[in-house]
Amino acid sequence: MQHLLGIEDLSTQDLEALLRLTDTMAEISERPIPRVPALRGKTIAWLFYEDSTRTRLSFEAAAKRLSADTMNFSVSSSSVKKGESLRDTVQTMSAIGVDSIVVRHASSGVPVRIANWTDAAIVNAGDGWHEHPTQALLDAYTFGVHRGSMSGSRIAIVGDIKHSRVARSDVLAFTKLGAEVVLVAPPTLLPPYLDAWPVQVSHDLDAVLPTVDAVYLLRMQNERMDEALLPSLREYASRFGLTPRRLELLKENALIMHPGPMNRGVEICSEAADHPNSVITNQVKNGVSVRMAVLFQLLGSGPVQHQSAPQQEVA
Amino acid sequence: MAERERRTTPPYGGVFVARTQIMSADDVQRAVKRMAHEILERNSGTENLVVIGLQTGGAPLAEQIAEAIGAIEGSPPPLGTIDVALYRDDIGLRPVLPEAKTHIPVDLTATHVVLVDDVLFTGRTIRAALDAVHDFGRPRSVQLAVMVDRGHRELPIRPDYVGKNIPTRRDEIVDVQDDGVQLGELAPKGLA
Repeated sequence: MQHLLGIEDLSTQDLEALLRLTDTMAEISERPIPRVPALRGKTIAWLFYEDSTRTRLSFEAAAKRLSADTMNFSVSSSSVKKGESLRDTVQTMSAIGVDSIVVRHASSGVPVRIANWTDAAIVNAGDGWHEHPTQALLDAYTFGVHRGSMSGSRIAIVGDIKHSRVARSDVLAFTKLGAEVVLVAPPTLLPPYLDAWPVQVSHDLDAVLPTVDAVYLLRMQNERMDEALLPSLREYASRFGLTPRRLELLKENALIMHPGPMNRGVEICSEAADHPNSVITNQVKNGVSVRMAVLFQLLGSGPVQHQSAPQQEVA
Repeated sequence: MAERERRTTPPYGGVFVARTQIMSADDVQRAVKRMAHEILERNSGTENLVVIGLQTGGAPLAEQIAEAIGAIEGSPPPLGTIDVALYRDDIGLRPVLPEAKTHIPVDLTATHVVLVDDVLFTGRTIRAALDAVHDFGRPRSVQLAVMVDRGHRELPIRPDYVGKNIPTRRDEIVDVQDDGVQLGELAPKGLA
């Protein structure tokens, strides 16, 4: 695996292998000294053109637990303000010498473009509306930790699907792992052509909630909407938010998931966010382990095992 | 040429083809008992003793040694496993096995750690294990028990307890299993 550009490039076996590798990485974080020298000497650069708290810190923790060196590129204090192009920025980083670039950008397709300009391993930390593969991986991993294999499960993704790269990556990842996915949103927040998506679609959250093993809530993304797609946030919350009343409709052990940051009171009420079935903080914790697995896979390892049969061990 | 250098591309390992049986299952069991006695003699008992098996080859052996020590002394020492895949210096050449778990049940500070592995060859695995063990505390001593020492050390590492010394060629493979120790070679997958 040379880059992680999207879940669309990964097979089911690739996904399962990364999730198994995440178990190994999760154990490291529990140690008295949560660090291994696996990526010693490797340099990983953060290229974040969009704001991020959890993703960037999560990647940073992951890199440091693998003993990699990190290099931060912050748009606000860089030559981008002087008008430097993306290409020149990337080629400058390349000339300084980085082994991997983790990139988040407002335009879809930036990671694959960058991959052509440098030998570094590219990790997509979110590009436009296209994909956010590490989020989908940590979502799948978190579900696996709490409920076992996704195969045969039913998961609802609720919210602004149209503008959500998280939703797109999740749909791909969850269906590749064998789950049934139902999208719940008002028609204005659904992408126009859903026939080719391996999902069911509903506009009725009340009807869907009792049938699912996990409900995944997307943030109402104000900054992505340039059209009047909702009457008001209050109406969205009453029709599509996970309100205290809707909490009662969920199955007893259904998981409540959210990529963060939450708009409490809009797509999710505080009772749901703080509910025992909410795995939202676990998602964040697992994000570090998942990103360790991704970075190790790209920069440190041999090819990942697909079968469970152990290889002949030679010392 | 060391095995790891020969196999720089997948598939790793290939298929082990046995040529000679070096130790029978009984020989292995007797060696385990002898090493357990030697460990107890050298450490004057089980006080502060911790037995740690290197994944994946050393883990079953460590269990047997701990059990043997328990049978002699009355209670077995704490037993752990450690996966050194992420500490190796040839890290790009060997995949990380998901079943190789690290589990260290006690703080290793001020303990006498006995590392257990099946085969001692270049010594690089043990070097990695020394680094890994020190991430769990500062042991008072680290000792090494191996079932087979096959020579060809590349680092100044030596075992404290050995089941059997077997001179080998570099391209041979030593395979330790419950049913004995075999000497053989690696055939690429698809050929026998």
